[in-house]
Amino acid sequence: MADKPLIPTGPLEIEDGGISFSKRLNEFPWWFVAIILIAIWVFLIIFTKEFLFNISSEFTNVLNADQVTEQLQAEFAANDITLSSNAKITIKDADKKWEIEDGRTNYFIYAEDQSLEVFSWGEYGQAFDFIKIGLKVTIQTALTAYGFALILGLIAGLGRLSSNMFFNNLARLYVELIRGIPILVLIFFIALVGVPAVVDGLNAFGVWLSDKGVAPLAAVFTAFNNQNISMNARAIVALSVTYGAYLAEIFRAGIQSIEHGQMEAARSLGMSYPQAMLHIILPQAVRNVLPALGNDFVAMVKDSSLVSVLAVRDITQVSRLYAGSTFRFREAYVTLATMYLTMTVLLSLLVQALERRLRSND
Amino acid sequence: MTETKDNIIVVKDLYKFFGDVKALNGVNLEVGRGSVVVVIGPSGSGKSTMLRCINWLEKPTSGEIWIDGKLMTSAPKQLNETRAEIGMVFQLFNLFPHLTAMENVTLAQKVVRGRSKEEAKEIAMQQLERVGIPEKADAYPRKLSGGQQQRVAIARSLAMNPKIMLFDEPTSALDPEMIKEVLDVMLDLASEGMTMVCVSHEMGFTRSAADEIIFMDEGLIVEHTTPDGLFNNPQHDRTKLFLSQILQH
Repeated sequence: MADKPLIPTGPLEIEDGGISFSKRLNEFPWWFVAIILIAIWVFLIIFTKEFLFNISSEFTNVLNADQVTEQLQAEFAANDITLSSNAKITIKDADKKWEIEDGRTNYFIYAEDQSLEVFSWGEYGQAFDFIKIGLKVTIQTALTAYGFALILGLIAGLGRLSSNMFFNNLARLYVELIRGIPILVLIFFIALVGVPAVVDGLNAFGVWLSDKGVAPLAAVFTAFNNQNISMNARAIVALSVTYGAYLAEIFRAGIQSIEHGQMEAARSLGMSYPQAMLHIILPQAVRNVLPALGNDFVAMVKDSSLVSVLAVRDITQVSRLYAGSTFRFREAYVTLATMYLTMTVLLSLLVQALERRLRSND
Repeated sequence: MTETKDNIIVVKDLYKFFGDVKALNGVNLEVGRGSVVVVIGPSGSGKSTMLRCINWLEKPTSGEIWIDGKLMTSAPKQLNETRAEIGMVFQLFNLFPHLTAMENVTLAQKVVRGRSKEEAKEIAMQQLERVGIPEKADAYPRKLSGGQQQRVAIARSLAMNPKIMLFDEPTSALDPEMIKEVLDVMLDLASEGMTMVCVSHEMGFTRSAADEIIFMDEGLIVEHTTPDGLFNNPQHDRTKLFLSQILQH
């Protein structure tokens, strides 16, 4: 609630209003409205059923009986559609609505006055239906990897600020190493070289332990097996390690942005360095870098598409499969791009809202 | 242990260099239990550095600091224990902005002293009452005036039951009308027998509360005397010049 000035400032106020209107017009995010409209338009295309043809209402009984008769097949064939004899008919509403599931294609039949109308998902709808299978993997990969990246990043960020020479250099090495290699190369390297090497190392350690006679503990280390570690898990490791280095820099900057007086005040009260970090510095630093962390999450959702090179079935990989098997490249990639766009736009909105809330709290 | 029991702070041959800058050039100081010592001097004379060395916020280049008969070292555990006994009030308050006044005062009690939530709250409330702002317990620092923030900072230190309070120019960042409320709290403390070392140029406070006064220049204690002795009979030319400059208005 802004306080009104005690003395009215007439002319100034009018000018103010004029400026703010044209300013608002200039600053209004038209581009953003356009993005939303594009996304809505594509989703309308995806979710609109496409009318195929009419069939005679004689087939009502056939459909109610859940039978794919030769006549029905012939009727479909007349419209250039092959209907296999073991297609499954679901009665949604007797005498009115049916759904035929034939392999990857679904047909929807609705009763009209004199005939039955056959619809199917448009080609975009089919593409979406197929690609959405990968959504779970994409979201799971991005969320899990981000969680681990946060932990790694925090540790490395603290390490970068540590006065301990060993931790400081280790953290610096990690950050510089990762940031100097392209993400795609890192994903190959970590998943196909790094993870197996670490697993071999753990196995060797387990064998060494069992030689020393610590069998129960050794079993833990020998339990790892390269064949058992799925590509999904490797992809998560690769993304976590990669993004940990990026988040480390964010955490470091956030911690450094807190005035030195805060640490001094905490230490002067007798708190140890870790206590001061935990109770005083980190809560303030994390709050300052929340928008940056959010932006990196958006970036990670996008970069999660790179794990498709490991044949992890995220939406990118599934889209490639769809495009490869149907040659419908346009449908596959328009749908894929729209799915990413929708996710990132929604997440950006969330980050912006968070940023506004934090700023209004200051 | 060679230190006499009466001196709660003993500083011996304290040197502190920042690169080529010699902030402290061999300071020797003894502060008796319960006495109020005011440190004055031109800026850059090492007043704040000396204060900050006493609770090891600056690690001395060389020299010894004894607190209540114990030699200060960098050993973390001992350092934290000793610091908990020394309250420090900063020029810029350094309240924790993400915590309310109450949380500012209770946090270290819980974390360092291991007090229960209820006990810490009770002590915090006593201290907030002592500094005269119990009604601001639930306010965040940004909602408080400078004087109120500084008083919360004093309460935060007092809640740890320190044996010594260090004040590093506690009123120099305050608007004139807020200085008094902070000085009143400090006067109360002095009259209750708290050992205090204050870097301050508040001459009114110095006259009425100080037992001893120290004039520092170029990293050395130039004069160590009583307020009376300083104001009425300064020994050194440097002291006379400084006093004439700050007292002429």
